[in-house]
Amino acid sequence: MTLDFDVVSRSLPYLWKGFLYTVELTAIAAIGGLFFGTLLALARLSPMKWLSTLAAGYVNLMRSIPLVLVLFWFFFLMPQVLQVMTGGDRPPQIGAERTAIITFIMFEAAYFCEIMRAGIQSIPRGQVYSAYALGLTYGQSMRLVILPQAFRNMIPVLLTQTIILFQDTSLVYVISATDFTGAASKIAQRDGRLVEMYLFVAIVYFVLCYTLSIGVKRLQKKIAVIR
Amino acid sequence: MFNLDWTIFFQDSPGGDRYLDLLISGIWWTLGVSFAAWIIAMVVGSLVGTVRTTQNAWLVNLGNAWVELFRNVPLLVQMFLWYFVIPEFVPPLKRWVVQADPAHAQFLSAVLCLGLFTSARIAEQVRAGIQSLSRGQRNAGMAVGLTQPQVYRYVLLPMAFRIIIPPLTSETMNLIKNSSIALTIGLAELTFRSREMGEYTFHFFEAFSAATVIYIAIAMAANRVMAVIERRVAVPGFIAGK
Repeated sequence: MTLDFDVVSRSLPYLWKGFLYTVELTAIAAIGGLFFGTLLALARLSPMKWLSTLAAGYVNLMRSIPLVLVLFWFFFLMPQVLQVMTGGDRPPQIGAERTAIITFIMFEAAYFCEIMRAGIQSIPRGQVYSAYALGLTYGQSMRLVILPQAFRNMIPVLLTQTIILFQDTSLVYVISATDFTGAASKIAQRDGRLVEMYLFVAIVYFVLCYTLSIGVKRLQKKIAVIR
Repeated sequence: MFNLDWTIFFQDSPGGDRYLDLLISGIWWTLGVSFAAWIIAMVVGSLVGTVRTTQNAWLVNLGNAWVELFRNVPLLVQMFLWYFVIPEFVPPLKRWVVQADPAHAQFLSAVLCLGLFTSARIAEQVRAGIQSLSRGQRNAGMAVGLTQPQVYRYVLLPMAFRIIIPPLTSETMNLIKNSSIALTIGLAELTFRSREMGEYTFHFFEAFSAATVIYIAIAMAANRVMAVIERRVAVPGFIAGK
């Protein structure tokens, strides 16, 4: 068989648009996931039984079903929920791209929660006691004492999870959103050039993720020395 | 707001089977793909993981390259590579794919893809398990006159595998969840069947609920089985041994 990579150069602008969406989705999902994940972690560690049970239930549910199924769930549920919230006659159409952003924030929150929980638990209890002894409230001791340390300890793990997230965003393909993989697949099917397109996509992902993971390893060593 | 109707599972699909039967056939495909891929992942993963702890620099680099290769390309893209791209480079395989029942070709691609993808993750765990053992274990094995393969076979691996059972459990569950990605190449596994049922009946809520409950049940069952194995093989006075 003959390879013809001309199809890649011809469609670069379209692929670039897809790639930008992939990056945007990754960034928003990582930041949103980290925010809600931290809240979930605080809820899981809360002494209030109902709150920790609720948070644990959510996290375990998200972690025991496949991401593909979660995407299908949200793609189907989102218009219905929005209809109830807005009180409209018909379900509003928000599109696959925006659905994917909300889905990934909610899904990643469960994974970031587990990382942050480990991070918070790695802080010696004495830190909490001394914060309380100084007269800080719960919110203050978390915000000013515990969470900054937990974040710093967990930075390598959080970054590694973000690289995994970057790869997982390719699954928006199943709800026909046009991310990098989705754009490549659309061109590949239109022009009958599956081999060249998928090889190109694989190489791009490999180079990016491999470079990023080396960066994370370096950072890990650096942080380990400081501590 | 969804007009729930749980009897929908007992109605006939356009193909003649009840939706319940379609979901059950989906479960078998999910379990079948996962089991076959798990065997490949364990065999290849153990081999690659072990090789990465040897003194042979060439083998160590090969093992590292293996892990990095499978870890840095999205699973979806790997699935496409196995199904659409690799047969193009292997003419006999291509001829078989063209003639064979599509389900067989999808099954083979999905098993190879998931098996090798998971092998890289298991290799990482096996390496970590072996390296967590104290240096004295290897030295003691050498001192009593065992050869290097014997040291691995009788001293290091039996300990390492017991230590890494918890991470292997979570890799097994990841594998079962990841098998849903095979729906992108048309394999009619559980998620595929539940979406299909939703599309035919517009009872998405019931269909996805069923799939969710089944995945949770499978995850809990896998968890139980691995917990039993963990208790059976625990080294007394060590790790979780009682």
